[in-house]
Amino acid sequence: MARLRDDWEHSPWRNFLRWLREGDDALDRAMIASLDAPAPELREETAPEAPALPAEEPLSEKRRRRLRAIYIALSVLLCVGIIGVLVRTAGSLPSFGGAENPANNEVSRRYIEQGLQETGAVNLVAGMILDYRAFDTLGESNVLFAAACAVMLLLRALGWREGGTELPGHEPHSDIILQKISMVLVPLILLYGMYVILNGHLSPGGGFSGGAVMGAGLILCANAFGIEVTRRFFTFRTFQLVSLFALSFYALSKAYSFFTGANGLHSFITAGTPGRIFSAGLIPYLNLAVGLVVCCTMYGLYGVFRRGDV
Amino acid sequence: METLSILLMIFILASAIAVAFTKNLTVAAVVFMGQSLVMSLVWILLESPDLGITEAAVGAGIDSLLLFAALRRIHAVDAEKGGRHGQAA
Repeated sequence: MARLRDDWEHSPWRNFLRWLREGDDALDRAMIASLDAPAPELREETAPEAPALPAEEPLSEKRRRRLRAIYIALSVLLCVGIIGVLVRTAGSLPSFGGAENPANNEVSRRYIEQGLQETGAVNLVAGMILDYRAFDTLGESNVLFAAACAVMLLLRALGWREGGTELPGHEPHSDIILQKISMVLVPLILLYGMYVILNGHLSPGGGFSGGAVMGAGLILCANAFGIEVTRRFFTFRTFQLVSLFALSFYALSKAYSFFTGANGLHSFITAGTPGRIFSAGLIPYLNLAVGLVVCCTMYGLYGVFRRGDV
Repeated sequence: METLSILLMIFILASAIAVAFTKNLTVAAVVFMGQSLVMSLVWILLESPDLGITEAAVGAGIDSLLLFAALRRIHAVDAEKGGRHGQAA
């Protein structure tokens, strides 16, 4: 048994694993330790006095170089292989704008010809992403939500450990130029964001872009007037509540696609008169939900990056 | 119009290369911001204003803000001379 283990200790495979896990430093340390350590036969005699470190195996320079060469060769092979696959795929793609391309099928024709009657949205893109393909958009919102959750988990914990919500000396509190300009700009930016969200089914834009604009406005406000001003109406609690209700509303109104597939259900909410602000069925409300989530997420992400808290 | 879009494309290419080769991280973030801004103009020229608005808000706005905040976090901005003014607490 001891013999076997001894072999394993010195085997190149184990060294390779160790090198992968711990990098060059561990190997260097192992070599230094092996130089410092008494010769193997001596070490066997003094074995009972266990050294502080686990016995580091000696690794000859030749073997190390061989491992490095194998590693480099494997990485080059892998890269060349992936590049080959990608280039081959790109070469076999259909030409741009061809009439026979798979993208030119009956689906897009149907969207373009009947989208206005079926969804009631003048902005066909909104009709597509929030009615025909609303299920995909639900997935995208959840991806953003999961990313925000991960960042909050990591950075908020970090902020607490640093003992305080404010990192020292990083907040430009009293910049008079920034404040005067923000006084004019912030309401306009927020108003424009709301306009983009609420007119998402009528004009270019929609929940995501409008929410991002509003989030940028909130960030500008927090930077100009200090975090205390935005804390009055936006705390971590607000973030939690808005995300919860908006995402649940979206999921409740569109998650039936899990069961019905891509066909959707016949909605009792009519499409209304295209062009009116209250038209297009659920699309304005879904836009509002997405916009709120995106706005809160953007502002919250900036907050935790900057201060370790919202 | 043709000339304008060619100019914008050249700017996008140049700034993309510049981002990759810039040593200074703050400069790289600013150049990235400019590239996103020009990209949003290109989207509008390509008649997709939806994408133009989103690119301007996310690419030029939020993205660069997050980059700057992250640079602050890893103290890459503080290390430079004149990188910021104000309280050096």
